[in-house]
Amino acid sequence: MLDRPISRRRVLQLVAAALATLPLITDGTPAAAEDIDRITLEAWSDTIVPGEKRSATDRAIAGACAGPGAVQAGVWDLMNDPDVGLAPALPALVTLLNTQATGYALTHHLRPDVTVPPFVALPFAARTALALQLLNPKRVDQLLWYALAAIPMLAFHTAAQLDTAAAVRAGHPGLAWIQFPMPDADGLWRFPDFSYRLALADLHPATTSTGNPP
Amino acid sequence: MSGVIETTDVLVVGTGFGGAIPAYNLAAAGAKVVLLERGPQLSTEQFEHSLRIGSYTRIVDLITAQGVQVVAGNCVGGSSVVYYAASLRAPTFVFDRQGSTGHRLWPSSITRAALDPFYDRVEHTIPVAQQSWDDVPYPGGLFAAACRHAGHTCNPVPVAVDLASCTNCNWMLNGCRFGAKRSMLLNYLPAAQAHGAQIRPLHEVQVITKAVTPGYRYQVAYTVVDANDYRIPVGAGVIEAKILVLAAGTMATPVILRRSAATLHDVPHAVGRYFSPNGDRVSMALMDEARIASVLGLQRTETDPYRALPIGKPIGSMSFDYLDPARPEFERFGLQQIYFPPITNILPADGTPPQPQWFGVDKKTMSAQWRSWLTLLAMTEDDNEGVFGVPPPTGNFIRVASSATISTLRYRPTAKTQRGWDLSDAALAAIVEKDGLGKHLPWVGGQSTLTAHPLSSCRMGDEPKLSALDDGHELRGSPCLFVTDGSSVPTSLTVNPSLTIAALAERASVGILARASDIGIDVHMTVPPPGN
Repeated sequence: MLDRPISRRRVLQLVAAALATLPLITDGTPAAAEDIDRITLEAWSDTIVPGEKRSATDRAIAGACAGPGAVQAGVWDLMNDPDVGLAPALPALVTLLNTQATGYALTHHLRPDVTVPPFVALPFAARTALALQLLNPKRVDQLLWYALAAIPMLAFHTAAQLDTAAAVRAGHPGLAWIQFPMPDADGLWRFPDFSYRLALADLHPATTSTGNPP
Repeated sequence: MSGVIETTDVLVVGTGFGGAIPAYNLAAAGAKVVLLERGPQLSTEQFEHSLRIGSYTRIVDLITAQGVQVVAGNCVGGSSVVYYAASLRAPTFVFDRQGSTGHRLWPSSITRAALDPFYDRVEHTIPVAQQSWDDVPYPGGLFAAACRHAGHTCNPVPVAVDLASCTNCNWMLNGCRFGAKRSMLLNYLPAAQAHGAQIRPLHEVQVITKAVTPGYRYQVAYTVVDANDYRIPVGAGVIEAKILVLAAGTMATPVILRRSAATLHDVPHAVGRYFSPNGDRVSMALMDEARIASVLGLQRTETDPYRALPIGKPIGSMSFDYLDPARPEFERFGLQQIYFPPITNILPADGTPPQPQWFGVDKKTMSAQWRSWLTLLAMTEDDNEGVFGVPPPTGNFIRVASSATISTLRYRPTAKTQRGWDLSDAALAAIVEKDGLGKHLPWVGGQSTLTAHPLSSCRMGDEPKLSALDDGHELRGSPCLFVTDGSSVPTSLTVNPSLTIAALAERASVGILARASDIGIDVHMTVPPPGN
């Protein structure tokens, strides 16, 4: 059967597949599938919207910058939100991502760390470089990774798993970061003061009587 | 068999501008009218101020295609419920556009002058208000001041809004909670219902075939979808009509027609081709608060010259300076201030090399200045280069999750379209960067363009090879089948399209009424505008 030489690419693929499964079988590591899913997707989300570590032992968050990131903004809750409808696909996405990460580590001579999933084992710069590869518009599967990048963006910038009025009042980290305005007491927004109330430009000389271009 | 099939004089598919307006005119003229709508029916009180997935996503679809992302309404009232209400007439030169074809793309019978009476009627009915500078919110004021500083004119934008009851909340994408935005829910649709028209929400049309009931021409098969998960069918049925008005939207109409090609005995070549995103080019400026005060002399509060991105109506002001008929085609564009809720914050570049451009540390840092962003829209002359692929098994696209959908549309901008974008980028940069006012940044995240103005996927024209409809909006080869939504518009418009779609639908209604009379439907030919 093996009458053809095994290419370097094929070897790397096999090693990548084997390494991707290691966290499942290594003693003393969290083996629950949900733990692997969560830490992997939190690490991905931290690559898209980075934040500070929750504790000194935090492995998902790389700690690339100060302040909250997608993880603090509740990205795991959003990924599992029934209205998003993504939850059934998460294990497959995690497997794909960790396979990609293993390949990246091997081809960039990064020392594997089998105590955490392969994407989590990557340093922040490598996570970012891999994300850039996956989000390249020329990839046939780019839409998949783009969708996975949109979730942390939505968690951070919109608190998409929460009612906005409640979230902004509770100091949601992302809404607070962008300084999203506070609602009125009834949970609705109104801005009675909304205009400079100044004629700030001359109208186009050919403007019609209905305010339109000619 | 005919006894068990429901029939109506006129069946209208879709309840946005393109569906509501013919539905009113035909119902008011005396025809029996039924409207099928894919989305749910919500009342004013049900529109939420919330970015939670499961709130606005009930009524808005984000359609991801290859090379373009499209935002479109999905509810009774269609995109009129979620649009930004900018109501502008297309410039005269637009109707003479040739694109890359060497032929006038619009039917010779349609000019700005010919359409003006229908624009008048729509503006009266909706109604459209002219904003004074006192009505223009801070972002529109800032853009106007920057235009003036750069030597440009700038105008307040006419809007389909009751300015007296508008709270400037900036939640228009969610539907108007205060009943101030003049969607079809407040004018044409209730007027149509008052004349007996029936609206059926959550009815997704799948395929059109020939009718079997004598005297009726088309049979339309639909699926009833679950109100909480539009992916789940909960029923199905058919209805037959003497006249079919297809107004399911630019992203849906060509899909339904292509799926029906066999049963309609083929559809024109142009169905599902020549898609235009209205030449939309979204970008932004990261504004320097201190320069806003020192260069433009603006001061919103004691401490903030601006910091007002989320305040107001989403569209306030626009420069017409590049809508100059003397400029060559593909070099004319409208420049507009516009607001997007932070659901689109994935898109802006951070302006800090190197990569990544739109995620990571620098992007988060820039997001802390979100309130100092000034979002901008150029509407250019594109090349109608979008093409739909094979229709999905059901519906108009693959619904992945909630409002997230994937279309088979492919959009690869030609060099001419790209030239328009490059020129409009340069024009906006010259305005917002003059004397250090701000930094112009592209919206690059993931796709080449974002549009809420899909057009032309089933366009009309005089040249059969280049158009699917004749100048009366009738599908070539399919008598009594009319298309009246944005898909019928032949080209990008350089302004927001809603008023033009509405005016064309009014104009088409005159011809549809005449056809109804010709085939024996008892209608009177003169219909006053709703409310008269």
